[in-house]
Amino acid sequence: MSGETQFFVELVSNGFLTGLMYSLVAVGFVLIYKSTDAINFAQGEFCMIAAIIVASTMTLYGFPLWAAVGISLIFMLGFNLGLERFVLRPMIGRPVVAIIMATIGLALMFRGLGPLVFGAETRPINLPIEQAPVIWGPFFMSQIDILGAAISVLFLAVFGWFFLKSRKGVAMRAVADSHQVSMAMGINVERYFALAWMLAGLVALLGGIVWGNAIGVDTQLAQLGLKVFPVVILGGLDSIIGCIVGGLIVGVCEAIAAGYLDPIVGGGTKDFTPYVLMILVLMIRPYGMFGKPIIERI
Amino acid sequence: MFHRESGYYKTTYKADMALFRLPIGKVAVGAIAVIFFIICPMIFDEYYLSIINIAAIAVIGALGLNILLGYTGQISIGHAAFMSVGAYTAANMAVSFGWPFWLTVPAGGCMAALIGTIVGMPSLRVKGLYLAIATLAAQFIIEWVLNHTPAISGGIQASIEMPRPVFFGRTLETQAELYFFILPVCVLAIVATLNLVRSRIGRAFIAIRDQDIAAEIIGINVYRYKLLAFAISSFYAGVCGVMYTYYFGIANYEAFQLPISIDYLAMCIIGGLGSVLGSIFGAVFVTLLPIAIRIFMENVGVFFVDGVYLAQVIAQMRLILFGGLIILFLVVEPDGLNKLWQNIRNYFRIWPFSY
Repeated sequence: MSGETQFFVELVSNGFLTGLMYSLVAVGFVLIYKSTDAINFAQGEFCMIAAIIVASTMTLYGFPLWAAVGISLIFMLGFNLGLERFVLRPMIGRPVVAIIMATIGLALMFRGLGPLVFGAETRPINLPIEQAPVIWGPFFMSQIDILGAAISVLFLAVFGWFFLKSRKGVAMRAVADSHQVSMAMGINVERYFALAWMLAGLVALLGGIVWGNAIGVDTQLAQLGLKVFPVVILGGLDSIIGCIVGGLIVGVCEAIAAGYLDPIVGGGTKDFTPYVLMILVLMIRPYGMFGKPIIERI
Repeated sequence: MFHRESGYYKTTYKADMALFRLPIGKVAVGAIAVIFFIICPMIFDEYYLSIINIAAIAVIGALGLNILLGYTGQISIGHAAFMSVGAYTAANMAVSFGWPFWLTVPAGGCMAALIGTIVGMPSLRVKGLYLAIATLAAQFIIEWVLNHTPAISGGIQASIEMPRPVFFGRTLETQAELYFFILPVCVLAIVATLNLVRSRIGRAFIAIRDQDIAAEIIGINVYRYKLLAFAISSFYAGVCGVMYTYYFGIANYEAFQLPISIDYLAMCIIGGLGSVLGSIFGAVFVTLLPIAIRIFMENVGVFFVDGVYLAQVIAQMRLILFGGLIILFLVVEPDGLNKLWQNIRNYFRIWPFSY
């Protein structure tokens, strides 16, 4: 294998793994949209705050990993429960713009609160994994990326099963489809809203740990939220499969752009190509690859 | 309390749509004009005038965003990017061709309007969330292009030094001089918006906001008016960017990044969507809030926070208060400060006979 192909394969495989990790963050967004019709601009900040709590309890107070994750999980579930109850429930039926703005406000609060409470330094989340990369034929991958991708695949599969087969998942899809009809069928809509937000908190924790391990924990982690939008637009807002495919496409595109375009134009293409790709998709197929077209009635 | 509305009968539609619907309006506007143009510059020193200057510039931008967000119902998370377009256009014109401010201000606005129209094009097919994300993409793409095109951004650090505005041979240097440069532009923007929203175009915008399909059915060309809303809003943003550039004396893309876009969204929400007065309240409030936090922290916060971290804590407090206020207003008072003002006014309108 020549050096040129080797380089390409490496870029693609790394992009693939990163892409799966993007999917993990994006699935939280899709989850909320699918079941409550709300749009969460604060998904990146959820990941950030979850990771900050894990990292701080570990480094500042010396908790073991499992305890830190437990504390963070309790916080995320509790917070999201309260969020749904006191912020989002009063806003049901209001225009989309209002809900977007509320979550942007939430994102700002998290960005201020995280460093205010726990300090602004960058902290590691050390998972018990070796740093040495895995070399397998032409592929050359770091173990942490593989672990992140594996966690992503596992949880995406679980969520896929949850929505397709489980009783609660089906109820959730019904709630997303029409609040009124679900109420008529005896589904407690408010409870499923709460459940959806709690699940989003759980996903955010996972995303936060995986990404926090990969790039360190500070407020920069919240930039992750901005990567979610290209992923969900590419895949379709209400599709978990779309989430995975979108994540992979964004990851690979980013890696290839960073590998080939950066030397020519001088950096920064990594953050920029997913958005160009997204705009193209918006022009051609606004509801994404796997999303449902929206038919509007008066 | 000060006047009664009884006895003024409007017998034509024209009278009902007039800018001053009651004679007291003229008196009030006259009084405000006297306060701002004569009394303020006399009693305030440089520091307070600089605060008014920044607030007045923010008012221009907030008005623009409110036309788009509050009146037309189209969200834009790329408002700051349009400001940067205006800022760099004006800076290049002023430096390369030596254009005076009365050419660079409209030029910056027009360039921003052009870019804004292009960004608004997806609004034909997408709205709500999708439009929000498309404009977010525009924010990043414009930022990246500015940062990576030395021809526009002047090479190192992507910043261009802006010459001071010259008015009839006099260079405007001090805050008081800039005050008389910025305030008229701000007044012009307010009057233009007031007139825009009560015109045919403004009514079309409101129809699109309330129900776009219905608006199309009654014969409004939705696409054209949406693009027009984007163009007008970006024009305001461009002018706002040019004014910032003149004020700070430098055009730099770092002054127009995503958090600034969100600041302007916050102004519109806190002030009140779909109201001119609300944009003014919002812009002033959001400009004053960090100053209030700083004064509070420097006097009270030093007892709790180590002096070294003070600047950091102030920045974080600002984010928390901003986010909290956005959420609070959205949940509790969706019509913002404007609604609070209306409530106060309505209370005093019939005071002391409130029944």
